[in-house]
Amino acid sequence: MRLSRTHPLIRPLVDDNPVTLQILGLCSALAVSSSLRPALIMSISVIVVLAFSNVSVSLLRYVLPRSVRLILEMTIIASAVVVIDEVLKAFVPGVSAILSVFVGLIVTNCIVLGRAETFARYNTVGASLADGIGNGLGYSLILLSVAALRELLGSGALFGVTLLPVLADGGWYRPNAMMQSSPSAFFIIGLLIWGVRSWRTEQVEQPAFSVRHAEQRETSQ
Amino acid sequence: MTHLLEIVLRAMLVENLALVFLLGMCTYIAVSKRIETAIGLGIAVVVVQLITVPVNNLLYQYLLAPGALAWAGLPTLDLSFLALVTFIGVIAALVQVLELVLERYVPALQVRLGIYLPLLTVNCAILGASLLMVQRRYDFTESLAWGLGTGLGWALAIVLFAALRERLHYSDIPDGLQGLGMAFIVTGFLALGLSGFTGVEF
Repeated sequence: MRLSRTHPLIRPLVDDNPVTLQILGLCSALAVSSSLRPALIMSISVIVVLAFSNVSVSLLRYVLPRSVRLILEMTIIASAVVVIDEVLKAFVPGVSAILSVFVGLIVTNCIVLGRAETFARYNTVGASLADGIGNGLGYSLILLSVAALRELLGSGALFGVTLLPVLADGGWYRPNAMMQSSPSAFFIIGLLIWGVRSWRTEQVEQPAFSVRHAEQRETSQ
Repeated sequence: MTHLLEIVLRAMLVENLALVFLLGMCTYIAVSKRIETAIGLGIAVVVVQLITVPVNNLLYQYLLAPGALAWAGLPTLDLSFLALVTFIGVIAALVQVLELVLERYVPALQVRLGIYLPLLTVNCAILGASLLMVQRRYDFTESLAWGLGTGLGWALAIVLFAALRERLHYSDIPDGLQGLGMAFIVTGFLALGLSGFTGVEF
């Protein structure tokens, strides 16, 4: 089976990316991106939660009363996150400590509620599953590329394996301290958006005001 | 008293939830196009934080923490895994109440905040403040100070950013950076500025 660009699994990767276009799930994309290992665990957790919540909401779409749906959806999502949180604490306590409150914050990760509200509520289970995994992957793509850049430039390593020997250990690379602090994540995502939008020009936003040129001003006077 | 003041100032500047902990970013980027809306949302966040953090603190101390149910004759029970579900429930309920109160008494603000008021439920700054409060074992008065400080800090960040964004309308920005891209880069510079407070002791 060949997947087209509009398939729910493929579309969120670049054309409708949750982070760079839908403005969803920014907090954790920025905050857990300082090195690859926690970023990878976070990505997997988000994909699992998204797939689970999308499938559950889609299964319940005919019985969820409209007026209380937000609270019910939050309960579904929160239950999935509690399970993930306990599993991480049990099997990878080190990473769980680094991620600290951010696993719990998947509950308020707007990707999860956003996809449940805008997609899973109206679509079949299969499409919702694909949409959940696709959006999770789109999110992971951004998270992992930011984390890879930050870890490589900030500490000269990837997944803790040294690639650029740092000065402190007798190597030649002087680690860029800014890459380990939070502002760098903003710059990298900002530049990433620039890159994506130069490639897919249909994503460019129109400016609120355009610059008037000198000759226009003369003619209008 | 100085201890409480220290918590407020630390939460506002050194540990600013928006710009240092990077919480509540979706709302932060999405609702900062106009400064009036940003101020309204900032006030709403302060109010919600000031109520939810202490309420969650009481719930955690007397119902959920390990051994907290000793008063009910269940000293070995540990319900702390329910904290997440409880906190989000409290936040959702309070936001709903706040919306009703605003609708009744300050309809203008309620209309202006629109969809973003219910969206405070999924603002991670609010849930994050409660989770951090548990992690740091704050008592009730400390949690009041923490709630106030985090709320004020978040409001400060979004108002500053909205003011900058209004100026950005008049700048000549490259096509691909227009809007979201530039918003990220400007936030980065703001965060860089606030990181100057790192290590400052009050």
